[in-house]
Amino acid sequence: MLKQITKFFTSLKLTVTCLAFFLIIVFVGTMAQVDQGLYQVQELYFKSLLIYWGPENADWKIPVLPGGYLVGVFLMINLVAAFVSRFKLTKKKFGIYITHAGLILLLLGQVFTDALSRESAMEIEEGGTSSHSEDFKLDEWVLIDHSNPTEDKVYTIADSLIAGSKGSVIIADSLPFKVKVHDYWQNVSLTGSLIDEDGNQKSGYTRVEATTGFDNVYLKPIPPATSMDSRDMKAAIVELLDGDTSLGQWLVATRMNAQKFSHNGKQYSVAMRAKRYYKDFSLTLLRATHDKYTGTDLPKNFASRVRLKNDNTGEDREVLIYMNHPLRYEGMTFFQHQMTAGEVVRRSGMTPSSVFQVVKNPTWLTPYFACIMVGLGLLIQFMIHLLAFVKKRKQAA
Amino acid sequence: MKKFLPFIVLGLFTLWIVSAMRPAKPRGYMDDVQFGQLPVLREGRLQPLDSVGMNALKLIRGTRKVPLEGNNEKGEWGNFLEIRGDGKGQLTERRWYQFSKHPKKLNPSEWLMEVMMHPEIADERYIFAINHPDLVGELSLDGKGLDKSGLRYFTFNEIRDRFPTIRHHAQSAFEQEEALRSPFEKAVIKIWVGMNTYLELKNTIAPQDSHNFNSDLENYLAIITPGLEAYRNQVAGKEHDEAILGQFSAYMDRFQMLSSARTLMVPPRKDSGMDDQWSNIGTNLITAIQTQDVKPAVRSYARMASSFHADDSGNFNQALNQYRQSLQSDFDKELKRTHIEYSYNRFAPFYKSTVIYLIAFILACVTWVNGSEGTRKTAFYLVALAAIVHTGGLLTRMYIEGRPPVTNLYSSAIFVGWGAVILGLILERIYRDAIGAAIASIVGVLSLIIAHNLALEGDTMGVLRAVLDTNFWLATHVVTITLGYASTFFSGFLAIVYIMRGFFTHSLSKQTAQSLTRMVYGVICFSTLFSFVGTVLGGIWADQSWGRFWGWDPKENGALLIVIWNALILHARWGGMIRERGMMNLAVFGNIVTAFSWFGVNMLNVGLHSYGFMGAAFKWLMIFNASQILIIAIGLMPLSTWASFKSKSRNQPA
Repeated sequence: MLKQITKFFTSLKLTVTCLAFFLIIVFVGTMAQVDQGLYQVQELYFKSLLIYWGPENADWKIPVLPGGYLVGVFLMINLVAAFVSRFKLTKKKFGIYITHAGLILLLLGQVFTDALSRESAMEIEEGGTSSHSEDFKLDEWVLIDHSNPTEDKVYTIADSLIAGSKGSVIIADSLPFKVKVHDYWQNVSLTGSLIDEDGNQKSGYTRVEATTGFDNVYLKPIPPATSMDSRDMKAAIVELLDGDTSLGQWLVATRMNAQKFSHNGKQYSVAMRAKRYYKDFSLTLLRATHDKYTGTDLPKNFASRVRLKNDNTGEDREVLIYMNHPLRYEGMTFFQHQMTAGEVVRRSGMTPSSVFQVVKNPTWLTPYFACIMVGLGLLIQFMIHLLAFVKKRKQAA
Repeated sequence: MKKFLPFIVLGLFTLWIVSAMRPAKPRGYMDDVQFGQLPVLREGRLQPLDSVGMNALKLIRGTRKVPLEGNNEKGEWGNFLEIRGDGKGQLTERRWYQFSKHPKKLNPSEWLMEVMMHPEIADERYIFAINHPDLVGELSLDGKGLDKSGLRYFTFNEIRDRFPTIRHHAQSAFEQEEALRSPFEKAVIKIWVGMNTYLELKNTIAPQDSHNFNSDLENYLAIITPGLEAYRNQVAGKEHDEAILGQFSAYMDRFQMLSSARTLMVPPRKDSGMDDQWSNIGTNLITAIQTQDVKPAVRSYARMASSFHADDSGNFNQALNQYRQSLQSDFDKELKRTHIEYSYNRFAPFYKSTVIYLIAFILACVTWVNGSEGTRKTAFYLVALAAIVHTGGLLTRMYIEGRPPVTNLYSSAIFVGWGAVILGLILERIYRDAIGAAIASIVGVLSLIIAHNLALEGDTMGVLRAVLDTNFWLATHVVTITLGYASTFFSGFLAIVYIMRGFFTHSLSKQTAQSLTRMVYGVICFSTLFSFVGTVLGGIWADQSWGRFWGWDPKENGALLIVIWNALILHARWGGMIRERGMMNLAVFGNIVTAFSWFGVNMLNVGLHSYGFMGAAFKWLMIFNASQILIIAIGLMPLSTWASFKSKSRNQPA
């Protein structure tokens, strides 16, 4: 029995089957991107155990294909099993050995990247300074206590916890108030008027039942955003309670301004905003430049000159971040991501600004090593074949 | 004698190549060669005027040259302007059987000279390609223009009063999303873009209505001061010279159009340190209001324009020569580069290698029938000669651009062909059975034809957008992945040879079958290496430029598909799941996978790698895929139906 299992997991048949499924998944996942966003495709096809299918508008779906993770797991077991039981580190098989070792490293590296890497964005206006970046997808609910004139005190609750507490009360010692979540939506559209520009009635909106802050706000739940660079507008109706006394009921939503209130003589504000990651250093944007080729609108280069300041280490230096040349610092990498700059921006009187993509990926080096190992391994193996072949032909001739 | 035949054939073709490499001489009495080599900045790239003309012609006419002679309706041969009578009858270009006729044609420089300096003549050239029958009908152009086997060309004068109609249709066509445009809408946009390009070129050196730009320029410079004074007085409500003011503002109106010309003819001052700050003539004329003078280049071009218009070749050549001399000291390097690009345009290396590859392919196929070593050798030599020309063209492009070989879809086609040709030559050298030569030449021909069609979209050496502007990654990732494409195609074509020869002919001997198998196996190993390393390098580049190694972007997935497919074939082979024929069928399917990765994903119009979107090629991709599936179907036929195996009781392969 054990022998059979070993045989199954080390067999080349399993390899070929997995590769065939992998091929189909990649193809289907590529074609699906025409209709679905990259983010959604990743979740449904590549980062899933099973791929489901159901007719349009039907509320049932059946699994039709193994997902990327399932095939990946089998391929990985197959690879490791074959590696352990079949591959010998001999001179003749040396190439195969390190090729597959490299593959294991590459796949493991990607698993760790999926698990450990974090992407966020840091936006700075020219002349401005920032020491935090914001998550691309995740949000947080915040309550800010402004009573201390030198420093705000910020209480945060992750957006997922708010979502999970719909209808219940969040009580924590670290919070000054009890937080009752009346309602929560993954993605909404908000409007102040039910009549659109052409004078037609907008459909699907309902009046928000909030007692404080906004008066006439109508809300419509919409499906989650699918494209990689658009984000959901998460919304919640949250009531704050000091003991049993209600302080009010607020509608909070991503990209909506913070709403101020006072209680017991202290100033507070509540908001829903992108989840922030604070750094122990700061970046100041000195100058953002967007070059175009003369006589055209084709972008030639985007570059940001920044000052990096770290009080802990006393570092204070200028860095140029531009296309294909990120800044790597403290385990994070800052890439030039978006930019509002150039002649047109300056002439229109706007302050140029720059957005950096901040990536924290402890395993970013694995593909480099894996590539070298696999490339070298294949090269060695094929050279061995080639030399043997040439030798044989020489003898035959 | 027979022994020397391969060398004689090789000698003849070499002679053809060498004779085409002689330095160009001006054909008319106006020096079009010198003019065509003058450096200008267009689309962000320093280039010779010849390239400006060539790219415009490709865009407007779809050809590189403009024929001047042909037949009229009565079958008379001659210059179109002379034989067309009242301009109503349908003219035709040389028909395929008119071997004795060698129609005169304008090369891009000569055409551009007319457009820029004597537009009245250029307006009579048959350059606007309009082929959609509905559009020809809508513009009531039936019975007009010039015909070449069904392709129709019209002069500017024939279509100038249709401009409002074209604009009307173009406006609604532009509202339609690009992927959803109908053939009619595409045709409308093409002619609209063509006419605008033409109008812009006509208003680059001088306003299109200027007959003597040199004296216009002198006159304009002379009235700037009184003109400005008259203008100020008019604004202040004082008495002013109406005549001078009228003249002055007429000039301003005419120069306005010139200042939006996209061909920047006037070089910057070299000591200014602003190497790319070229400007157009219109801007120079308008800023002369402040400086009272124009840069010397403007005066030179004005002299050229006036003497060209007056048909005064002596004066024209003198002005041209002087201008060129004046550039010599500051723009020596640039002049060398534009000189080389000019020669490259004239020589058309990829056209020449296509012709030679095609002949070599026919000879290689003949070898399989007649078994002659002489024919095989001739084919081999010709492929080698074409490969040298191909390589030369590739290296010249790299020199002109200052970049690695692959920068866009066009150059990837050139490079895929090149990689396959080199592989084929190596295999031919080892096996000497005409298979390597046949595949080298056919992949060479096909990829260069694809490249030729991609080139019609415009400049093939265009500047690179910010993310792609990195020679390191272009040299490593792009080159390896393209070699991966080339070798995967190569193994696919080897497999096609196996199936076709096995099924349709008696020529697939056991030995040939075995050596083909070994070749396919070897090439797949090679492509696994290149496509894997290329794909991972692409990931590393992505990690360097936007912080993620892998994002399941269509172009990334396409490359991954090739890796998976090659790995699948190798593992299936090692596991004994497939044998000779199975491997061949899988290798043919590899062609479909590669074509999808190379072109298919660009047609999806999603993802970050938007370096080469194209719509029209979809049909061809589908035709190619269908042909490959047909071949696989043949490959799956029982061996008893294969011509090579049914007749003789040879050992059949599995």
